[in-house]
Amino acid sequence: MKVQSAMFYFPEEVIEHIFSFLTHHPDRNTVSTVCKAWYKIERLSRCEVFVGNCYAIRPDRAAARFPGLRSLTLKGKPHFADFDLVPPDWGGLAGPWIEAMARSCPNLEELRMKRMVVSDESLELLVHAFPNFKALVLVSCEGFSTDGLAAVARSCKSLRELDLQENEIEDRGPRWLNSFPDMCTSLVSLNFACLKGEVNLKSLERLVCRSPNLKCLRLNRAVPVETLAKIMNQCPNLEDLGTGSLLADQFSEAYVSLISALQKCKKLRSLSGFWDASPLCLLAVYPICANLTGLNLSYAPTVQGQDFINLIQHCVKLLRLWVLDSVGDKGLAVVASACKELQELRVFPSDLFAAGPATVTEEGLVAISTGCPKLNSLLYFCHSMTNSALITVSKNCPNFTRFRLCILEPRKPDPATNEPLDEGFGAVVKTCKNLRRFSISGLLTDQVFYYIGKYAKALEMLSIAFAGDTDQGMTYVLNGCKNLRKLEIRDCPFGDGALLADVTKYETMRSLWMSSCDISLRGCKALATKMPSLNVEIINEWEAEMEENLNNGVAEVISNNNNKHINNGNDERKVEKLYVYRTVGGPRTDAPDFVWTL
Amino acid sequence: MEGQTQARYDAEVDNLKDTELRLGLPGSDEEPKKAPKKRGLEDSSVKAPAETGPTAKAQVVGWPPVRSYRKNSIQMVKKGGDQNNEKGGMLVKVSMDGAPYLRKVDLNMYKGYRELREGLDVMFKCFPAAKDEFAVAYEDKDGDLMLVGDVPWEMFITSCKKLRIMKGNEAIGLSSSP
Repeated sequence: MKVQSAMFYFPEEVIEHIFSFLTHHPDRNTVSTVCKAWYKIERLSRCEVFVGNCYAIRPDRAAARFPGLRSLTLKGKPHFADFDLVPPDWGGLAGPWIEAMARSCPNLEELRMKRMVVSDESLELLVHAFPNFKALVLVSCEGFSTDGLAAVARSCKSLRELDLQENEIEDRGPRWLNSFPDMCTSLVSLNFACLKGEVNLKSLERLVCRSPNLKCLRLNRAVPVETLAKIMNQCPNLEDLGTGSLLADQFSEAYVSLISALQKCKKLRSLSGFWDASPLCLLAVYPICANLTGLNLSYAPTVQGQDFINLIQHCVKLLRLWVLDSVGDKGLAVVASACKELQELRVFPSDLFAAGPATVTEEGLVAISTGCPKLNSLLYFCHSMTNSALITVSKNCPNFTRFRLCILEPRKPDPATNEPLDEGFGAVVKTCKNLRRFSISGLLTDQVFYYIGKYAKALEMLSIAFAGDTDQGMTYVLNGCKNLRKLEIRDCPFGDGALLADVTKYETMRSLWMSSCDISLRGCKALATKMPSLNVEIINEWEAEMEENLNNGVAEVISNNNNKHINNGNDERKVEKLYVYRTVGGPRTDAPDFVWTL
Repeated sequence: MEGQTQARYDAEVDNLKDTELRLGLPGSDEEPKKAPKKRGLEDSSVKAPAETGPTAKAQVVGWPPVRSYRKNSIQMVKKGGDQNNEKGGMLVKVSMDGAPYLRKVDLNMYKGYRELREGLDVMFKCFPAAKDEFAVAYEDKDGDLMLVGDVPWEMFITSCKKLRIMKGNEAIGLSSSP
């Protein structure tokens, strides 16, 4: 008590200086709630703001509160939008945010956005409104073209970072790379791996030549080995490289040049790309494998079998590995024996349809867990999994913070016992006390949710699909997981009872997503009525013609023109998609016709 | 009558499989192993997916949970590089008589009629109405309601605008006459 009152006698500058040691956003949020004085000091000195849901607050309000803002991170669409579950034109527009920042936060230097819709016009505004703009990171975004990139390249006098990860970018030609002015020498990080079209290779070489600080460079598939070799000779200080197309003929000049260039890059720690990689090009990579900490082969279906084994066995310091399941259990066994420091593993499906012979099973995962006890982050797509394997894995690796297992066939039981996978996933939550993110699959009953509610106390994000039996399942999770921030559910038999079991819980969370479950309009309306601090949004793509096909008693045609509130019709109708989130911004003003805010 | 229609349907589907064109990486086995026994309509809605054979995979929208960008990359590799007009997939609405809401499927995610059927089974099995016997029909470009399975798969996916799962007895009138 005495210490706290003493703080009031400190000058503001001193308090501000103390706050400058708080870099963690939740900490800064907490101190801002202590008193008005601290709120004011904190907000004026805040440099970085993280907005996990762009609709949780109005852009104007955020911009006005933090006029000194230098770095903004924004997330837009719900996570399941990545899997086409959110209709196009749903929202998540970057424009209003950039405009608000342009009005109130002239010091903006960095903008990071995930799952947002960004237009070329917004990009133009971005680079003209902020003279100090340095870093643009776009992940899983859409709505812009290479013209927008040209605007960014052209106008940023001191651009340090342009990082494009898995965006849908309209290709309007290779000219954008020419737009970097000759005086631009400040680039540290350039990632255009997700661009599908051609790039101007000469411009690329010239750009690299005049960027002495370049540490990270990720090329797209259109860049051939010849250019890669030239580039690498220019930047021996590269730490992170995304190769373009690694297709090379035997002992061509390009190949020889690549070998010598790679050997000069002593600081190279992370490799990705490997499109069309020929075995010969892989040979060139062996000498640098021993120092690699990160390797992403998930876009390289040609690297499998013995080629993969030959490569990976050199990677003894690897911390992070992303591969395709075509490496097989055999490949994973070699990973387990070579990569003893491994912390993160992602195994993606190489075929979305059916089982081929050489994919991964529970054996591969068990081998990894045995050989790599430091593993703490897993994403694993497989065709089947057993309870005993999961129990073994959790015993071997108790340090999981992220555990995502996707069995390709929905509701598939343990093939050895034909039982649900409740016990296996239960073992993971029991053993891994620091588990923050969890995705489960296969045949699962309410029992697994009992375990999650009871043991997963650190859990922040849970993804569920095709699981559970009754409302009790979801209720276990809502009641037990006290740190839960994001809950996303699809195709589960959870109804209104589960939805309304603990309505105040949703105020402690960022968001809830439920699609193809058993909730009704009545339940959603009840939630909206009880909790005015939440936006309860329904996504319905119904049209009048659907009524002709139904014969369950819903006879009225719903007229949806600009009528966002459903006041007629049967409230017992099941809701297709529900998105609930806490907000201080009120109902959305930019919601499209098919989004109804209750 | 219902059994007859289904047997013909299955026979034609199996015949069509022989004429289906497939592209794939050399060495990859894309031909699903044929189930030892033809599954009748009455079986399809009650059998759990696990029992239908190791290669039977159900496809629903957004499953497996792989980002569209990555999905497109996989498909680009499989189809030989050219992205063609599959961007965004071929999403069509699926209604089922008695079900409270519609679903959507991406016809590009299926290789043929068998996988489509299995996908629909998984999607709709949780609705109470799924206990009855059903036939799958579709609405084509001209707006006509047709029974699924008559035309080659590739032709079907370009002409199918909507799918409808109908009660078996209503579908009798749709069976294609010789």
